[in-house]
Amino acid sequence: MIVVKNVHKSFGEEEILKGISTTFLQGKTNLIIGQSGAGKTVFLKCLLGLFLPSKGSISYDGENYATLGNNGRRKLRQQMGMVFQGSALFDSMTVEENVMFPLRMFTKQTREEMLKRVNEVLERVNLQGANAKFPSEISGGMQKRVAIARAIVNKPKYLFCDEPNSGLDPKTAILIDNLIQEITRENNITTIINSHDMNSVLEIGEQIVYLKDGLLEWEGNKDIIYKTDNENIINFVYSSELFKKVRKAQLQGL
Amino acid sequence: MKYLQKIGQFIIMLRDVFRRMTKASVLKDLIFKEINDLIIKSLGIVVFVSFFIGGVVTIQTALNLNNPLIPKSLIAFTARQSIILEFSPTFISIIMAGKVGSYITSSIGTMRVTEQIDALEVMGINAANYLIFPKIIAMLLYPFVIAISMFLGIMGAYIAGVMGGYINSEQFLTGLQEDFIPYHLTYAFIKTFFFALILATIPSYHGYYMKGGALEVGQASTTSFVWTSVVLIIANYLLTQLLLS
Repeated sequence: MIVVKNVHKSFGEEEILKGISTTFLQGKTNLIIGQSGAGKTVFLKCLLGLFLPSKGSISYDGENYATLGNNGRRKLRQQMGMVFQGSALFDSMTVEENVMFPLRMFTKQTREEMLKRVNEVLERVNLQGANAKFPSEISGGMQKRVAIARAIVNKPKYLFCDEPNSGLDPKTAILIDNLIQEITRENNITTIINSHDMNSVLEIGEQIVYLKDGLLEWEGNKDIIYKTDNENIINFVYSSELFKKVRKAQLQGL
Repeated sequence: MKYLQKIGQFIIMLRDVFRRMTKASVLKDLIFKEINDLIIKSLGIVVFVSFFIGGVVTIQTALNLNNPLIPKSLIAFTARQSIILEFSPTFISIIMAGKVGSYITSSIGTMRVTEQIDALEVMGINAANYLIFPKIIAMLLYPFVIAISMFLGIMGAYIAGVMGGYINSEQFLTGLQEDFIPYHLTYAFIKTFFFALILATIPSYHGYYMKGGALEVGQASTTSFVWTSVVLIIANYLLTQLLLS
């Protein structure tokens, strides 16, 4: 569980985050949504420990990142997995080497042990047999699955995903969303997804945080989002004609 | 002001390179990979350029020494001095700024724009140490490249001089040994050591701090080549003043 208390973040005179408080639940897929410029990326970087909040605190199962020493921060970072928007796979390494990378860096396992774990996670993301391929030789959807495998190979407590299904076709996007949700439940991970995809919001939004102008404007989940009377979130989530119809149907109980 | 800021950023990067070392077993593999990419793969161009430039230096010297009072051995003497003092350490380093420097900037820059460096940082890895330190260690072998360049340059000079009929073998070997000052070799290798550090760090800086996309990676490689060359030339002047005057 990650508890965020009154987080502010400024760059010079400009305040990007203006006091955000929320709780990201363990074993759930927590979504951060909002328009461009709302502060989502800065907030995600604060959660990842890449930016320190100017004010406020972020606690990871009771441990406040800002008050930890360098060793404590490094250990906490090693409990985090991250899936980047563009996958960020190391292009000079094969799929197997990419997934094995966190194990090589942070564990004392033998090569056989590492290989066993790599094959386990590759099988979990349905990529068995792709070990020897390079990132440039596989599709965007497969790259995302490799990125997920790399993020979970070291059994992280926290999984962060930055627009994990951007650039993917709708079918693959749903597959990736479902995969993240299943992995979150199986491993009881605290998963935080920064998303623009309204399908994801309505499919896997077990906890949704809507940011606007650096403030938390709305908080809830996919089962209650259609009932909100907040105009900003209605205009954001249900902006297309299709989603307007979906909301109408939801309100009519269809 | 902008340049001061960049110099400060470069110093911070160097400090980060030597902090929080990467796991030794991983580092060992990275160093061997960089030795292959930066040193071994550069040998081809160094061998080619050194051999032919050595030959050209000899021919040009021979064609300009028309006075019968000047001994022919001076051709070999001039070729030796040019190759050891300037051609191998400096000229080859400028070529390496184009070959190795561009490779370093574009490989690190591509990692930056495709978020691979962010991925390292999120994992708690010191990206500067992981990416740049192995390059610096690999470039410590650069003096060996220059030694090969010196040998082949003189070999090229010998072949061009003797086969071209400008000088006979005995005269060449006499000239080669004439007034040889061993300190000149020390000077050349001290220069080479500093050039190796410049070749490893300045292109790394341009890749590590670059912003933008694919187009900017290309621009960063060009800028990196220009600045590496400028710093090499200035360092060459300062080191020559310090070590030879």
